[in-house]
Amino acid sequence: MLGNEIIHLIGKEIRLELKQKYVLNGILLYLVSTIFVTYLAFDRIIEPDTWNSLFWIILLFVAVNGISKSFIQESPARHLYYYTIASPQAVLLSKVIYNLLLMTILSVLSFVFFLLLMGNLVVNIPLFITTLILGSLGLASILTMVAAIASRASNNFSLMAILSFPIVLPLLGTLMKVSKSALSAAQWSGNYGFIIILLTINIAVIILAYLLFPYLWRD
Amino acid sequence: MGTQIKNNWWKVLAGILLVYAVIFGFFIRFPLMPVVEESMRNLFYHVGMWFGMLVMLITGFVYSLRYLRKFDEQEDAKAVEAVNVGLMFGFLGIFTGMIWANFTWGRPWVNDPKLNGAAVGLLIYLAYAILRGSIDDTHKRAKVAAVYNIFAFFLWIVLVIILPRLAGEGLHPAGGGTANTVLPMHLPPSMRLVFYPAMLGWVLLGVWIYKLRVRIRRIRLIIENK
Repeated sequence: MLGNEIIHLIGKEIRLELKQKYVLNGILLYLVSTIFVTYLAFDRIIEPDTWNSLFWIILLFVAVNGISKSFIQESPARHLYYYTIASPQAVLLSKVIYNLLLMTILSVLSFVFFLLLMGNLVVNIPLFITTLILGSLGLASILTMVAAIASRASNNFSLMAILSFPIVLPLLGTLMKVSKSALSAAQWSGNYGFIIILLTINIAVIILAYLLFPYLWRD
Repeated sequence: MGTQIKNNWWKVLAGILLVYAVIFGFFIRFPLMPVVEESMRNLFYHVGMWFGMLVMLITGFVYSLRYLRKFDEQEDAKAVEAVNVGLMFGFLGIFTGMIWANFTWGRPWVNDPKLNGAAVGLLIYLAYAILRGSIDDTHKRAKVAAVYNIFAFFLWIVLVIILPRLAGEGLHPAGGGTANTVLPMHLPPSMRLVFYPAMLGWVLLGVWIYKLRVRIRRIRLIIENK
């Protein structure tokens, strides 16, 4: 039942995105121009630390921009309609899964474009890709929940940044640590602890969002 | 009179413990440790701020959970005030820590996971105040704030308790740095005699401030509704 609702809602999200292509194109243009401006400012980056921090900061801004629209793109009345035909959990999970797809695409594109302009400093590519996937999932789930919270308040665009930057930091800090080691030493063994922490954060955030979201949509 | 004593004895206890901690905190003798030396006395005050914040934020979390079960405005008032007092302790903890860091590590702010965690933790809870300010409807505000508080509390715990231990490269105790010997169970007995009462005293003082603030908020609510 829940699975069926989620699949239909994800289909709705994708159709909506394809119908309003300018939103997606806007985020892509944002991604490209941010990386290009960084490239012009820094030229080529030799220092792995700088490479790493710039990459994740850019990805964070792209993610916040991409996900902040989740709950304000459609009118409140339309949301009310969704809640009459589907459970709030299904609405939330469909948004999380859709944002995960979006974030995976955006993070891979950022990575490729970043490599192209800044040069490749990644030594252990499988480890970096793992970080990228866990990061996409974490950013998608935390930011979806924050977007849901911010959508209930009045000045939600600035609120989205204020709420999400500090709250995303435990995740982002851990991601930066793992990817930093993917940039310098090509070792997996030292990173299992961090990867377990990332998985735990991801699972716990999704469970919390699942439990808390029904309280958010009701007026 | 009997109920007065029964309800308020802990306030007297808080006062006695803190006066004791301030006086003996400056007068006791203990074997000096390298680097920290006499500045070790800050342990009685700085760590107390940290415990005060921890207790208050846990209280706020519990009342946010209770609000989502009963939707009682009083629970929301308690959650907000717990967070407010927690923030106050957080700022004091950072200030006392900066004084200490200036003496032992040479600068008021060093790149240490616990310092950064505490600062980001303050940002998380300041955002809570901004979030409350940007919603006008009382019930909606209480509900959204409760959801945020529960969500934020989990990530705050990861930030200040789990990550610094995992990072293992900080300067704080149990982080492999200068003051690695400074754990409560490793303290010299004379320090422990001040440390534990001081911690209890600070937490009780926090509870007292919190209770007063909840009462002020309740009175304001009554006046507004009149």
